[in-house]
Amino acid sequence: MAVEYIYPDYEIVRDYDRCIVCRVCERQCANEAHEYLSDKNKMVADNAKCVNCHRCVSLCPTRALKIVKSDHTFKENANWTGKSIKEIYKQAGSGGVLLSSMGNPENYPVYFDKILLNASQVTNPSIDPLREPMETRVYLGAKPERIERDEKGRLINNLKPQLKLSMPVMFSAMSYGSISYNAHESLARAATELGILYNTGEGGLHEDFYKYGKNTIVQVASGRFGVHKKYLESSAAIEIKMGQGAKPGIGGHLPGTKVGEDISKTRMIPVGTDAISPAPHHDIYSIEDLRQLVYSLKEATGYTKPVIVKIAAVHNVALIASGIARSGADIIAIDGFRGGTGAAPTRIRDHVGIPIELALASVDQRLRDEGIRNNVSIVVAGSIRSSADVVKAVALGADAVYIGTAALIALGCHLCRSCHTGKCNWGIATQREDLVKRLNPNLGYKRLVNLMNAWKHEIKEMMGGMGINSIESLKGNRLMLRGVGLNEKELQILGIKHAGE
Amino acid sequence: MKRVYVNEKWCLGCHLCEYYCAFASTNEKDMARALKDIRIHPRIRIEEKDGISFAVSCRHCDEPLCVKGCITGALTRKDGIITIDRNRCIGCYTCILSCPFGAVSPSEDGAIQKCELCIKTAGGTPKCVEGCPNGAIVFEERGE
Amino acid sequence: MREGMFRNISGCAISGIFSKSGKRFSGKSIIDSIAVMHERSNGLGGGFAAYGIYPEYKDYYAFHIFYESKSAKKECEEFIEEHFDIINLSKIPTRKVPAIKDEPLIWRYFVTPLPTKLADSQLDDKEFVVKCVFRINTRIDGAYVFSSGKNMGVFKAVGFPEDVGRFYRLEEYEGYCFTAHGRYPTNTPGWWGGAHPFSLLDYTVVHNGEISSYDANRRTIEMYGYKCTLKTDTEVIAYIFDYLHRKIGLTLKEICSVIAAPFWSTIESKPQKEREELEYLRNAFASLLITGPFSIIVGFEGGMMALNDRLKLRSMVCGEKDDMFYAASEEAAIRVIQNDLDRIWSPRGGEGVIVTLEGGKA
Repeated sequence: MAVEYIYPDYEIVRDYDRCIVCRVCERQCANEAHEYLSDKNKMVADNAKCVNCHRCVSLCPTRALKIVKSDHTFKENANWTGKSIKEIYKQAGSGGVLLSSMGNPENYPVYFDKILLNASQVTNPSIDPLREPMETRVYLGAKPERIERDEKGRLINNLKPQLKLSMPVMFSAMSYGSISYNAHESLARAATELGILYNTGEGGLHEDFYKYGKNTIVQVASGRFGVHKKYLESSAAIEIKMGQGAKPGIGGHLPGTKVGEDISKTRMIPVGTDAISPAPHHDIYSIEDLRQLVYSLKEATGYTKPVIVKIAAVHNVALIASGIARSGADIIAIDGFRGGTGAAPTRIRDHVGIPIELALASVDQRLRDEGIRNNVSIVVAGSIRSSADVVKAVALGADAVYIGTAALIALGCHLCRSCHTGKCNWGIATQREDLVKRLNPNLGYKRLVNLMNAWKHEIKEMMGGMGINSIESLKGNRLMLRGVGLNEKELQILGIKHAGE
Repeated sequence: MKRVYVNEKWCLGCHLCEYYCAFASTNEKDMARALKDIRIHPRIRIEEKDGISFAVSCRHCDEPLCVKGCITGALTRKDGIITIDRNRCIGCYTCILSCPFGAVSPSEDGAIQKCELCIKTAGGTPKCVEGCPNGAIVFEERGE
Repeated sequence: MREGMFRNISGCAISGIFSKSGKRFSGKSIIDSIAVMHERSNGLGGGFAAYGIYPEYKDYYAFHIFYESKSAKKECEEFIEEHFDIINLSKIPTRKVPAIKDEPLIWRYFVTPLPTKLADSQLDDKEFVVKCVFRINTRIDGAYVFSSGKNMGVFKAVGFPEDVGRFYRLEEYEGYCFTAHGRYPTNTPGWWGGAHPFSLLDYTVVHNGEISSYDANRRTIEMYGYKCTLKTDTEVIAYIFDYLHRKIGLTLKEICSVIAAPFWSTIESKPQKEREELEYLRNAFASLLITGPFSIIVGFEGGMMALNDRLKLRSMVCGEKDDMFYAASEEAAIRVIQNDLDRIWSPRGGEGVIVTLEGGKA
């Protein structure tokens, strides 16, 4: 018998006093962790198969189930943690690269949690959003450097193409392939109802969703999957994906098993073939090449749509952003190292890139120092978890944020980080038909709308407290922020004072 | 009037509707206590084959064959809802034979049982609808 | 702690008087007006802007400068001589007022840019002056240019405004427009440069309020070469005016639609042409929207404008009598100098009241 080196991380605990043997856990677990013993009329579980996704827990009608962390342990060792040991067992067994999903879960500082917001007292009234207008509308795109007037002296609208958002939040790029049809539909419909945008990711756009084009950002990535004229034309904006926060410097890989009829058509690749996005764009080896692609896309769409360039937050992000701001791009999207993914090599996900808060602060300041901040809008991503994170990001200098993980959580994701297995029990990160149908977009889109409306209310409350009644007066308003427990260097990079100062 | 409609597109075949239905007809507050160690007799049933599944319960037909066939007058249709008077039912099962949907079934005590839209118990939204995790069973007004 | 080292926020009183016919009148009226609102200041700053007061030197930039030391003066004068032709220089006449203490050296220079320097700089003369003023204020320790326009001047100090007015012998000046400010800062800087009005070239701003958009506006305007050395709202507002009016070329009315922009819901209810224009202004200059309470009076060559924030969170009243226009934080401050008004009204939030000289410039 083989040696089983790894003891399961989680245990499925069943309260047999409450289990009515309805078997919903068994039916709903794609990992087949639950089993019905007909001779004993009893449910049992195999902990080794559990990924801790909570599908069974959430559907159990009598709350007979819970998942707990195993107390099985290695001998205590502050250096060789259980995690390190298990990873070595895995690799010694498989000889392969470790794969993970979703964002970096390691214990790096979360700067958003070390920044506090201001509120008005005495010298300046706070504003009650229930009584006074409180505006969250944002336009993304380059702002003009000068005005122009017609012969009668009237102002001419010389703005380049703009994106209008009802609030400074968009759904970030998640491809059809990495997530399901129903997840895409939920995002598209929610974005449309909310007056914001969602992003196709690099997997092309299913024909059914062309009708949501006004609220769609289409992505052009290194694999160029699904890119054609109609795809570009049906969008509100085009995003060139240079990098992703979860895996800066590497490409993507959608296994052939996920490439069914529909995805094959949408991505324009044969059924069952692996969809491999190269690490770089092979026509972009430098900034001048990027400029060519930006203008090719603008040319192809008659200069009617803003072009976004998305990069991962890496060490010299400010310099890169400065280059992009001069490349003709209208919007720069920066994805921090906590950004999510459907699959990434664990070492890359956990060890490459920098926090979005620091990247944002340095990019915003750099572009201002160079006097080109208004050439571009800045959109940040990489673990925006709440409306407070949105407000802090805007005050640091962002025009808007992208949310990916938060949107998926609204759709039911429990962050089990097993997307790469393709067996998402919540119907999100899977292409298996029986699993995909578990996400009913009629319910899903409504949950996204609810989440965004809730955040919008909270954003208004926080702005009102600061005496600000329009979001543009919050943008880059770093005096509204104070750091707690940050050192001088961190404060300097963030451009904020310490609490009490 | 509002009716229960099912959509096989969203039915996961999880059978939870059956358990919520069975629970609704007990007077217990706690589902575990109500359904522990018993065999349930729900008024809604999941039909499934070849990966397709959907829930079936009484359609509350405008011209109900069950009511027509009932020899004791135990089944009546009032305000669009077909209900059963268990005291009058003699268990002849004519209704079971005549229902084209198979939505009527024998109960444990000999009388028949069928969906009565939870009007006798919960009121408001039928429990199968509330308990469906995927919106596959809805309770709504539709143009007839 | 000195002004500029921290963000200084304050409540205040403001007043402005303007003669549309260009008739010149004594500075006594503005002292009387601002004195009525004594309660709105706390003695930590007062000041005036006066337009049309130097007709004999109207083609020269009038620099009013505070010096903290003789060495600062020497250094500054060397700089000015290097860049400008000095037509006239003198101490600004003052009288002893017991309440005004610790006065710096206060000098006035009438200057014009040296043609060679101006040509070398490849700037227009206004931009050249602005650059030089910033140079002095940021590089020469102990020297501070607090007025730099033509045919106008700013007079300010630490004290109650009526004392400041007497200190500067303001009643001896005659002009077509005066604005005044009494300050109620929440901190005690005690530095003369921090008093209002704040000015750049002929733009002067007196302001009551605390803007919540301060740092958003500051970081934006600094991108265009302005340096916010005082960290006061007023300074930022003055630079925004200079930028939008002089550099971008927006009209005053358009500027109101930027800094105190109508709400989107209001914009959407407008006829198409107007809506498009308002949308354009709000979008193109989004970062210059000013939120939070303010009432301001902006003085400039040949005109004056009174403006409230878009929610009207600060009081402001306007009045008219024949060719005279008045604006003040309180009605009493107008009535004390002109009780027989043709019209008195309270402008709505975001609605700029603009008056200019009949027949163009003074």
